[in-house]
Amino acid sequence: MTDSDGTGSTPARTDGIFRRGGRLVLRSFRAHPLPHFLGIAGANIFAVAVVGYTVVLGRVTDELILPGLDGGGVDRGTALAGAAVIAAVGVVRGVSMMVRRFFNFTAVARTQRTWRLAILDQYLDAPLSFYHSRPAGQLLAHADADVETAASMLMPLAYSMSVVALVVVSLVSLLVVHPLFALVALVLFPVLAVLNQRYTRSVEAPAARAQAAVGLVSGIAHESLDGVLVVKTLGREDAEVERLAEAAHILRVERVEIGRLRAVYLPFVYALPNLGILVVLLLGTWLVGQGSVSVGDVVRSMALFNMLAIPMEILGFLFQEMPRSVVSMDRLDGVLSVDIEVRPADPPPVPASVEVVFDDVSFAFDAGPPVLDGLTARVGAGESVALVGATGSGKSTLFDLVAGLMPVTGGRITLGGVDVAELGADGIPDVVAPVFQETYLFAETVRSNLVLDREVPDAELDRVLRLVAADEFVAALPIGLETVIGERGVTLSGGQRQRLALARALLRQPRVLLLDDATSAVDPVVEAAILHNLRVEGGHTLLVVAHRLATIRLADRVLFLEEGRIVAEGPHHELLSVPSYAALVRAYEGATR
Amino acid sequence: MSTLVPGEDTGAAVEAIEGGDVVGPWEDHDVRSLDGIEGAGSLAVLRRGLAASPELRSGLLLTAAMALAVAAGKLLVPLTIKMVLDRGVLDGDVQMGIVFALTGVAAGLILVGISLERITYLRLTKTAENVLYGLRVRTFAHLHRLSLAEHTASRKGVLTARVTSDVEALNKFAQWGAVAWIISAVQIVAVLVIMLVFSWQLALVTLLVHLPLLPVLRSVQRGQLRAYDRLRTRVSETLARVSETVLGMGVIRAYGQREASRADLHEAVDQQYRQQLRAMRYFALVLPFTDVVGMAAIAAVIASGVWWGDAWGVSAGELVAFMFLANLFVAPITQLGEVLDQTQTALAGWWKILDVLDTEPDVVEPDVGLRLPEGSLGVRAEGLEFRYREGDLVLRGLDIDIPSGASVAVVGETGSGKTTFVKLVARLADPTLGRVLVGDIDLREVDPDERRAAVRMVPQDGFLFDTTVGENIRFGRPGATAADAADAIAALGLGTWVASLPAGIDTPVGERGESLSVGERQLVALARAQLADPGLLILDEATSAVDPETEQALEQALARLSEGRTTISVAHRLSTAERADLILVFDAGHVVERGRHADLVAAGGVYSGLHESWLGSTREQ
Repeated sequence: MTDSDGTGSTPARTDGIFRRGGRLVLRSFRAHPLPHFLGIAGANIFAVAVVGYTVVLGRVTDELILPGLDGGGVDRGTALAGAAVIAAVGVVRGVSMMVRRFFNFTAVARTQRTWRLAILDQYLDAPLSFYHSRPAGQLLAHADADVETAASMLMPLAYSMSVVALVVVSLVSLLVVHPLFALVALVLFPVLAVLNQRYTRSVEAPAARAQAAVGLVSGIAHESLDGVLVVKTLGREDAEVERLAEAAHILRVERVEIGRLRAVYLPFVYALPNLGILVVLLLGTWLVGQGSVSVGDVVRSMALFNMLAIPMEILGFLFQEMPRSVVSMDRLDGVLSVDIEVRPADPPPVPASVEVVFDDVSFAFDAGPPVLDGLTARVGAGESVALVGATGSGKSTLFDLVAGLMPVTGGRITLGGVDVAELGADGIPDVVAPVFQETYLFAETVRSNLVLDREVPDAELDRVLRLVAADEFVAALPIGLETVIGERGVTLSGGQRQRLALARALLRQPRVLLLDDATSAVDPVVEAAILHNLRVEGGHTLLVVAHRLATIRLADRVLFLEEGRIVAEGPHHELLSVPSYAALVRAYEGATR
Repeated sequence: MSTLVPGEDTGAAVEAIEGGDVVGPWEDHDVRSLDGIEGAGSLAVLRRGLAASPELRSGLLLTAAMALAVAAGKLLVPLTIKMVLDRGVLDGDVQMGIVFALTGVAAGLILVGISLERITYLRLTKTAENVLYGLRVRTFAHLHRLSLAEHTASRKGVLTARVTSDVEALNKFAQWGAVAWIISAVQIVAVLVIMLVFSWQLALVTLLVHLPLLPVLRSVQRGQLRAYDRLRTRVSETLARVSETVLGMGVIRAYGQREASRADLHEAVDQQYRQQLRAMRYFALVLPFTDVVGMAAIAAVIASGVWWGDAWGVSAGELVAFMFLANLFVAPITQLGEVLDQTQTALAGWWKILDVLDTEPDVVEPDVGLRLPEGSLGVRAEGLEFRYREGDLVLRGLDIDIPSGASVAVVGETGSGKTTFVKLVARLADPTLGRVLVGDIDLREVDPDERRAAVRMVPQDGFLFDTTVGENIRFGRPGATAADAADAIAALGLGTWVASLPAGIDTPVGERGESLSVGERQLVALARAQLADPGLLILDEATSAVDPETEQALEQALARLSEGRTTISVAHRLSTAERADLILVFDAGHVVERGRHADLVAAGGVYSGLHESWLGSTREQ
């Protein structure tokens, strides 16, 4: 799911990558200062220990190795002391490395958690219109890949933060030995830095293109295998393979290009310190001949050069990750900057029997054309009313507004005299229960799907399941109510799912029940029985969107919608005198034939 | 639109092979299992992999030889140091001539090494990318060769992962892991050899100090793999939760479940975080630990070298060189530790890819195919039996004769075998037993191109490719032009509908065609079939609700499309069945009734029951 929207979709920013990268680091640092600080401290101690180790090596060479093997020999105590010092430096090195890795990783993991939770909270708190323009795959990518990628430049952070210390201490160490050695390093460090930076830069473009190609390949694979039935019926197998091969070839070309760049730069980067060592060796032996430095000094300087390549590489990683991280962070910020939904604190009480009043209600998505346009209507308490209208007349939108899933953009809706806006997201679920055509069941047991967070006695469950004609198939499931459904469990048919969704709504004893084509996949006979039961059950105000004549006839009254307004209302047989209503109903009749 | 089937609703069960199950994106995370390929199994993967990818074999030896040279190049520095110290400095005065010569030669060799490494690296990259390209394309092609029986809804995501995440895991491995393995292995051996040449005693000391590292690393790596495996499970768990929250947001809000969801999500994220920290312990510990051991080895080498060096014949230069060599010895070991997890993932993915390639295609096209007669085609099924993979029989011995030009309605409950039957007629899978004849020729002997043109199935789900309406229609016949597509639209009377689209025939349909309504997608599918002008048309009617305007267009298009062709419809509407020349009633893999509508209703059997209940629901008032 990494490549749902590729790269480069973010608008160009005026600020440079480095500034934005810096801000990202600061954000993480502010949220989790302690682990970051400890990690960087560990890294700096490690840097000093690395240089310290080379100093020890020099001393060991001069005071142990040369006298021991070429000179008059050394006593056992001195030899052991030398070994002990090396081991001790080794322990400092190891421990500081451990501290660096442990705390830096802790900081990264905590940052990921913080950002992930912020994103998910935002998903829960943003208004539902937030979901309108964002496909589920993209939202998943934000919570997963984007959080991961945004934090990925923090991985080499602590190490990078010790590079300055390492360079300074190394230069001082070399300067103490001989200015010429420091000079070699002063030539070598910048060349290495430039090479690393050039490499990172040159790889950027093909890496982005390769990433886009990965998205392309996986897009084709997903589409082609999702539509395998159509591909087969059309005999397009070869064309599809050709299509994938083209994308895979683009990917191959870019990857080979990345490999070529790596082959151009990296051997140099790896070899340069070695060349530096040879120069130090040459200069060093000459200086030893002059008597200005000792053999140990040369060894110590060579050992230092041996350690130089790694921190430069780490810096390279940091710069390599930075653009990707910054882009992902921008995507996260795009989510985090959405204003959250206002939730009134104390919903006012609603009477037991609820009349629904639409008072000049208007609604439009963002700056789009109005979906509902000054709609006024009244549904009496306990009444059952059918909403009829062609596709796009605003029926489903009206339901979303009554259920408080979206705020009206004009006018108001009252439930038993209380404005839906005052009830808010926390008050409405106690009054209204909507059932949608696309039912959503959670990948949990049937029981927890039905009762959600409430306690419901089994007798009541059984009664409601009978009411929606779901008792038989639920009893036939492997372990009845405790059967897990969905992704990791039993697959239910569309009609079965709709009946469970209906039961879920009824169990809440709603004062207003909204059925948006909620029984469309249920067999007509069963549907009729269910609707009959609902009428007998009573106790709620019922609004139903229907395409079946039988369902429409069951309602006390029909509200006929056209272009976001109510153009006629009354019992079904009376409305038949309205030509456009009659035409629509005839079309429904035809469709079912 | 209502379903004709009373007992059960739509979707589900056996006939779900055409999808409908939501394939969660987290399916892609199912890239590895630890069982089966550990230890010696890795060799088995390599053997199979080599056999499956001829690109891998070309130039393998040369590449390996060059890798050897690259690794050897790394030993140049300690060797030079040793020689300079022993010959240039320590034998009394400094011999600058010798030092010049030695460092000069070494520098030259390093430069040669750079070019060598460059060529090697490029070779490795090219080989790897060619292998991955070949593997991906071959696997994808192979997946398309497998019949629909293999492409079940539950496996769809898994199969896609073979050509996406599995290949990507292999790619990551090829870029870092594989190179690390080759260079590291060679380097360990080379360093060991040099050490032994300098002083077998000191080499022994080095080895002895490193020895305890092996069991520790082994057990640590086991723990690490387990920890990362658990982490992956946690990650999919979180993703599943997030996906559920996002998809079910309407229900969550309307039913006041927000805080319960929040608690669930926070719990999942926290669990993932805690497991991340647990897995990280290994990551934080391993490298420092090996570093300390490496330093301990150097300390031991120096202590024993200084003390016994004279007795062992060790020179000062050799001892100094050992300090550099010890670093080169331990580095590859730790590096291998770091790439082990990646290697496991890659090998597991490779193994699964190879399994796909080894699956024999169950629909084999004839070498020399027979031609089908012109015009409309009759269909005969003889003793037809079918089962999906290891499942139960879905069709239990069908004998059906459909005369050329007839219009046939197939009805029955979900799982009765009706959809499977029409899929066999379209040769989307082959029967387990018996045969299907179209135009009196066994389908298995028909030329595939002939078959695809003459036998056309319009599936229920109306999947479209992510391009324009026109392009999608042109897919109906290879080489069809824009004018052909326009003709097909006109022939079905769909001109008004197409004109009503935002950009007419050039309107993009979106991913899977989802910018169009279900009904509109079916219209495109019908136009596509019209373009092919098939002699046998197979329609799997949709069951979902379609708005009235589109419904009328569909009715008309269907009527025009089926004119002059043999038509088999999996019927979900009564009107289709009423009009049919022949109705086949399926039940539990058998045809239990056959005949015309009026006769079957009069007969009072299964079909009349279906009919009664349907009528009752719409005409009760």
